[in-house]
Amino acid sequence: MTELTQSLRESFTQRTNGPLRLLREAAFARFAKLGLPTTQDEDWKYTSLAALAQMRFELAAEATVHDVDRWTLSDAAVRLTFVNGRYRPELSSRAPGGAFIGSLSAALVERPELVERELARHADSHGDALTALNTAFIEDGAFVHLPAGAALQAPIHLLYVSTAPGKPTLSQPRNLIVAGANSQATVVETYAGLDNEVYFTNAVTEVVLGDNARVDHYKLQAESARAFHVALTQIHQGRDSRFSSHSVALGAALARNEVRALFASEGSECTLNGLYMATGKQHLDNRTLIDHKSPRCTSRELYKGVLDGHSRGVFSGRVLVRQDAQKTDASQTNKNLLLSDDAIVDTKPQLEIFADDVKCAHGAAVGQLDENALFYLRSRGIGQEAARSLLTYAFASEMVNLVPLGPLRARVRDLVTSKLPAFERLKEAA
Amino acid sequence: MTRSELLLRVKDLHATVGGKEILRGIDLEVGPGEVHAIMGPNGSGKSTFAQVLAGRETFEVTKGEVLYQGQDLLALSPEERAVAGIFMAFQYPVEIPGVGNLYFLRTALNALRKRRGEEELDAMDFLALAKQKMKLVAMDESFTGRSVNEGFSGGEKKRNEIFQMAVLDPRLAILDETDSGLDIDALRTVASGVNSLRSKDRAMIVITHYQRLLEYIVPDRVHVMGNGRIVRSGGRELALELEQKGYAQVEGRREAAR
Ligand SMILES: Nc1ncnc2c1ncn2[C@@H]1O[C@H](COP(=O)(O)OP(=O)(O)O)[C@@H](O)[C@H]1O
Ligand SMILES: [Mg+2]
Repeated sequence: MTELTQSLRESFTQRTNGPLRLLREAAFARFAKLGLPTTQDEDWKYTSLAALAQMRFELAAEATVHDVDRWTLSDAAVRLTFVNGRYRPELSSRAPGGAFIGSLSAALVERPELVERELARHADSHGDALTALNTAFIEDGAFVHLPAGAALQAPIHLLYVSTAPGKPTLSQPRNLIVAGANSQATVVETYAGLDNEVYFTNAVTEVVLGDNARVDHYKLQAESARAFHVALTQIHQGRDSRFSSHSVALGAALARNEVRALFASEGSECTLNGLYMATGKQHLDNRTLIDHKSPRCTSRELYKGVLDGHSRGVFSGRVLVRQDAQKTDASQTNKNLLLSDDAIVDTKPQLEIFADDVKCAHGAAVGQLDENALFYLRSRGIGQEAARSLLTYAFASEMVNLVPLGPLRARVRDLVTSKLPAFERLKEAA
Repeated sequence: MTRSELLLRVKDLHATVGGKEILRGIDLEVGPGEVHAIMGPNGSGKSTFAQVLAGRETFEVTKGEVLYQGQDLLALSPEERAVAGIFMAFQYPVEIPGVGNLYFLRTALNALRKRRGEEELDAMDFLALAKQKMKLVAMDESFTGRSVNEGFSGGEKKRNEIFQMAVLDPRLAILDETDSGLDIDALRTVASGVNSLRSKDRAMIVITHYQRLLEYIVPDRVHVMGNGRIVRSGGRELALELEQKGYAQVEGRREAAR
């Protein structure tokens, strides 16, 4: 047994009471059986958790931070702030209205029937060890429940801040977003950490869309440079629903972000966008699954990666078109820009089609900065480093520009430019 | 003209790419305010020469020297050359999706100004300057909102090059086949833009395949390039002679005279 599993077992036995005891015990048993994945597992071939397995983490250490201003969004209707996975009302704001937007721990007390209807019914705690681990420790996170027809224009901001001043900490936020029929919302998850602290975030978000619901989901991963981050966003789409996901992965020493969408009923649309930018020795793994289980659904996927230094990027995208999913329209693209000779990217697009009347396309590309463009810029007086940053930004900007104009786009743009060496000069690029 | 008054002095310049020698001993002297035309058949090395002057690292200079304002030009990076006042209008301007045309040019101008110890221009002042210079080449303002050269027609790209030159205000402009691909109206517009930028402080090297351009941009000197060398030099009448007799004969005469 690894250090990590040993320390988790000790923590688990200390905290097995509570409303979800059976669910949690079953999940812990699964986790104990599966163990932490290794690179022997096909799903983890490119991402090693060996460093993580050696560590002991303190679970959801109670803590707070002074202020969260640098991560807030000025136009958010609601902000729920979690520090080390626990809801902090003093750092949060709540909007009135018919929707429940609050902490999962509060919801389990106030509206257990709403929570239990969907919680842990979508994310796979059986085959996926880290999801099982999250489920085993379900305690807090965000619960968003939109009744039928509710439409929220301004974003709901879920902010997860980790701090580990002493020992490394483990936070396992568990989020549930239930969008009733004909409802609409934008949800932004921001993951951030303090400076150079070592911690591990293992997050699971389940999103359930009712018929004709619309959810736009943004995930900004800006963890500290020494953090570990593993997250699953599991989407369940009802009939004629529309979901979009924008993953921006920039932080952490090692991160793995997985998005899985299931078309449970017909006529829906799913858009998965992603941008990952790694520098130094960062390892950023992106994994997606779009399960076309039902007919007449459309999926669009575009992931772009920028890898510099000795970093490594992984894109593994699977589109599964099942036998009954006639009239499926699916496209998937992954493009990578390698900025250094020592950077590596593994790209693995997978299209599996079992229906015959479908339109599917996929492609992957790995390239370098265009020498002609670089010379063109330099010949006009733009220094080499600035020219490289400008061209890199140009590559990434396609993803930035997919975010609607406003504070969120500005935040994404700032996060992206902060990863570029000559970013000061490029602040106004977009 | 004494050596120190020269703007550019190229001596026995040799350059190779991938071990293949392309420039095989170029000599050229350009004084301030002069306009020199370089003509020559395809593949004679005109673009290579232009790019070596602009600092393209693809080409390796194996021999010779280039003095610009008395300084060793070859020691400078492309961006340092731009700061020093060198500008090359590309034969094939590069498309850069995702980088706004005006943003790019303002970044370039401000990089030059900063390195020269001048104050940077803010967006408003720059826009005013840009609009004024766009008129020189009758460039449509709709180009300001687009990415650098992306989806521009051949003629639009060439206008954009001269527009950039007008904004960056170089001391030595090298125009590489700025006329190719232009219809007669566009040629007149671009040529008049170039002419309006002629001044006693600004020298130009105008590379062209056809003497047609030189009817509009009248050069002080004409050079003929062949096989990586300047094989003949003369006044503007040389361009006409080339037009009548063709390159083969003009170059041939020189070979025969050896
Ligand atoms: N990057 C390069 N690699 C290999 N050969 C090149 C390269 N650039 C130019 N050349 C060769 O150098 C010669 C001169 O080319 P160029 O300078 O473009 O001529 P011009 O502009 O006079 O038409 C040609 O034979 C061309 O094929
Ligand atoms: Mg040429």
